[in-house]
Amino acid sequence: MKEFSASLSNALLITRREVRDSFRDWRILGPIIIMTFLFPYVANALAGEMIDFVNFYGGGVISTRAIPFLLMVVGFFPVSLSLVIALETFVGEKERRSLEPLLSTPLTNWELYVGKTLAAMIPPLLASMGGMTIYLLFVVGGSAAWRPQAVLVVQIAILTLVQTLVMVAGSVVVSSQTTSVRAANLLASFILVPMAIVLQAEAAIVFVAPDFNSPTGVAFLWMMMGAMFVVAVLLLRMGASIFNREELLGRSIDSINPKRIAAGIWRSFLSVDDSGHIAHSLREVYARAVPHSLRRVRPMLWVGVVTFIGAFAFGFFIGNMPAYQPDLPPNLMTLEGMTQLQITAPFLEQAHRDQAIGDVYGFHLRYLFVAIALGMISFGVAPLLMMPVMVGVLGFATAILLANGITIAPIWAAAIPHLLFNVPVLILMTTASFRMGALVTKLPPGLTLGQAWNQALGDALKLGVFVGVPVLTFTYLIELLILSPLVRAVVG
Amino acid sequence: MIEAKQLRKVFDDFVAVEDITFSVGTGELLAVLGPNGAGKTTTVRMMTSILVPTSGTCQIAGFDVVKQPAQVRGHVGVLTEQHGLYERMKALEYLDFFGRIYHIDRDTLKKDALRLMERFDLTDALDRRIGDYSKGMKQKLSLVRALIHNPPVLLLDEPTSAMDPQSSKLVRDAIIELQKDRRTFLITTHNLAEAQALANQIAIIRRGRIVARGTFEELRRRFAGEPLMELRVNGSLSGALEAAAGLVTIQEQGENWLRFISQQPERDNPALLAKLIGLGVEVVTLAPITQTLEDVYLNVVKEDEADERIQRIAQ
Repeated sequence: MKEFSASLSNALLITRREVRDSFRDWRILGPIIIMTFLFPYVANALAGEMIDFVNFYGGGVISTRAIPFLLMVVGFFPVSLSLVIALETFVGEKERRSLEPLLSTPLTNWELYVGKTLAAMIPPLLASMGGMTIYLLFVVGGSAAWRPQAVLVVQIAILTLVQTLVMVAGSVVVSSQTTSVRAANLLASFILVPMAIVLQAEAAIVFVAPDFNSPTGVAFLWMMMGAMFVVAVLLLRMGASIFNREELLGRSIDSINPKRIAAGIWRSFLSVDDSGHIAHSLREVYARAVPHSLRRVRPMLWVGVVTFIGAFAFGFFIGNMPAYQPDLPPNLMTLEGMTQLQITAPFLEQAHRDQAIGDVYGFHLRYLFVAIALGMISFGVAPLLMMPVMVGVLGFATAILLANGITIAPIWAAAIPHLLFNVPVLILMTTASFRMGALVTKLPPGLTLGQAWNQALGDALKLGVFVGVPVLTFTYLIELLILSPLVRAVVG
Repeated sequence: MIEAKQLRKVFDDFVAVEDITFSVGTGELLAVLGPNGAGKTTTVRMMTSILVPTSGTCQIAGFDVVKQPAQVRGHVGVLTEQHGLYERMKALEYLDFFGRIYHIDRDTLKKDALRLMERFDLTDALDRRIGDYSKGMKQKLSLVRALIHNPPVLLLDEPTSAMDPQSSKLVRDAIIELQKDRRTFLITTHNLAEAQALANQIAIIRRGRIVARGTFEELRRRFAGEPLMELRVNGSLSGALEAAAGLVTIQEQGENWLRFISQQPERDNPALLAKLIGLGVEVVTLAPITQTLEDVYLNVVKEDEADERIQRIAQ
C-alpha cells in the first residue's frame, strides 16, 4: 500500500506538470473555456428555439427529448478534446524529444503512463462536467417542462467518463506506435470513427427512450456503458503494456512495410524456436514447429476449455427453461420418430446425410480462420463469443432431448469422432485466437507489440493449417466413409 | 564505475549494437566517437536502462542495467542529444519538477539549482520562459538538469554541440572540474578536438561495433603511424633528396618541402640538417607535424571501410 501510494504520488507529479502546461496553452485553454461556459448557453438557447418550433407543429415529444440529447452533446464535445491532449501529451512529447529526459529518470513505466493518462483526462473532464452542470442549471432555471432525472444524468456523466477513458487509452496505443503528432492525428480516426458511431447509438437511445419510465432505454445505456468500459479496460491494459521505454523509443509505424510484415508473419508461421529459426520440411514442421507453438499456447488452454464448458452449460441451462422447450416425439430416435419431424426427416436420405457432414466440415473449417481473423481485430474476444454460439446449441439440444425423455446415447455415440478430434481442435483454435488479444494487452517480457502480435498470429495460423485442417479433414472422412455407412446399416 | 560487456542490441532484424565491451573507472572520461547511426545513442540508451540489451551485461555504479533499472537511473545524469526542455516553464520550475522526481528536498533543490544556474552562467535568465532561451542556453540548462541530483555517472550526448565557443569552454571547464570531483563520464561527440582534450579513453564506434579503443596516444600510434617531420627549404630540394633519403624514410615531397618518418628524431634530425647545410641547402623550418584525433579517426574509418568492402566481396 505504501509502495502504491509512493507510485501514485510520482504519477501525480507528472499529472500536475502536464495539466499546468495544458492550461498555459491558449490553444487548449480557449476551447475549454468556450465549451464550459459558452456552449451550454448556446445549447440551451437552441433547445428553447427548437422547443418553440416543434411545439408549434405539435411535436412536443421531440422538444422534451432534445434537452437530454443536448446534455449529452454538451458533455461529449469537451471530452473530444481529450484526444487532442492525449496525443499531444504522449506523441507530442516524443516528437519534441522531451520524453527521453523523463524516461531517463527512476520513474516507472506505470507511473509515467498513469500520470500522463490522468493529465489527458482531467482538463476535458472538468470542462465537460462544468458544461453539463451549467446546462442543467439553465434547464432547471428555464421554462422547459422537462426536469433532469437523476438516473439519466448519472448515466450521461458516466458515459462521458467512459468515453474519455476509451479515447485517451486509444490515443496511448496510437501514440506509442508513431513518432509524430501528424501521424498520430491521422491514426486517431481509428478512435474517432468508432466513437462517433457509439455517440450516434447513444443519441438514438436517448431520443427514443430518454426517461426512467423506459427501462429498456435505461438498460441499453447501462449495457453500452458496460461494453465501453470493457473496451476501455482492454485499451488501458494494452496501453500500459506497450507504454514502456523500449516500445516508445524503438518503434514507429509511420511507414508500413507490408513485405516486411508478411516476412515476419511467415517466419513466425514456420518458427521452430524463439530465436526465429524456421522449419525447412514438413517433417520438421510436425517434429519441431507445431510442438513449439503448442507449448506456447498450452498455458492459456484453460480459457478455451472453460469457454467450451461454460457455453455448453449455458445452452443446457437455456434448454431447460420451459419457455424454450419444444414438444418432441418420445420416439425421435427411431425411424418412425425421425420421419415425423420436419427437421430430422431429410436425414433419412443418404445424400442429405453426406451433405450435412460436408456442411459441418465446412463450417468448422471456416470457424478456424474466422476465429483467427476476428481475434486479430477484437483483442481476442470474438472467438470467445463465437464458441458459445456453436457449443451452446449442443447444450441446448441435449437439454431439450433429455427434458422430452429421449435417450441421447445414440447421438453421443455418433458424435464420438467430433468429441475426440474436432472439439479439442476447436478449443485449441479458440485459445490460439484469443491469445492474439491476450498477448498484445500484456506483452511477454522482451517482446515489442509487433513481435508479440506476429508471434501469436503465426502460432494461430500454424496450428490452424497444420493441426486444425488435417484433424477436421480426418474426422470428415471418418464420418463420411465409416460412420455414415454404419448408420445406414443400423438404421436401414 | 561503468562496465559494459559484449552489449548487443537488435531491432527486429537490424543489429544496432554488436559486442560492445568497455570499462570506465571512477573519475575517468570515455569519449565515444562515430558517424551518425553508428550505435552511440543506442549504447547510451542501454546504459540508462531505457533500452534492454538483446544480450550482454552492463553495470553502472554497481547496478545492473537490466535487473536494477531504477537504481541505475537514479545514479546517472543524462544529457540527451536533443535538449528536450518544457518550453512553457521557467528554469527553476523545470528543475524543481525533475528534482522532485528524484525526491530531493525543496530547500536543497532550490540551493543546488541556483548554484548550478550560476555555475553555467544562466542566472540572468531565471525569470524567462525556457522557450525564449538561445540554443546554447537550452543546452546548458539540460546539463544543469542532468546534474541536479548530483549523480556519480554522467552520460552526455553531444554536450557542446549547440554552443558558442565561450559556452563550450565553460562546459568543458565544468566537466574537468567534475572529473576532479570523481565523477565518471561517457560522452558521445563529433567534436574531435574536445574529445582529445577531455578524454582519458576514446572509443570509435562504427556499424554498431567498437573498431578502436584506447588513449589518444595509443590510438595515434596504432592508426596514425610514427611521428611525421616536415622540412622546408629556400629554393629547390631536388639536389638534396638523395642525401636525405639515405638518412630518413621520405613519405611525401614537394618542390621545396618534404615529409619524412623518423624513428629517432634526436639522432636523425641533426644529421639531416648537417648534411643539407653541407650541400648548401638553406633550411627554413624543420618541425614535427601534429597528428590530431581527426587524423586517427579518419584512418580508423578508412581501415574499417576497407574491411567492410572485403567482407561484402567475401559474402
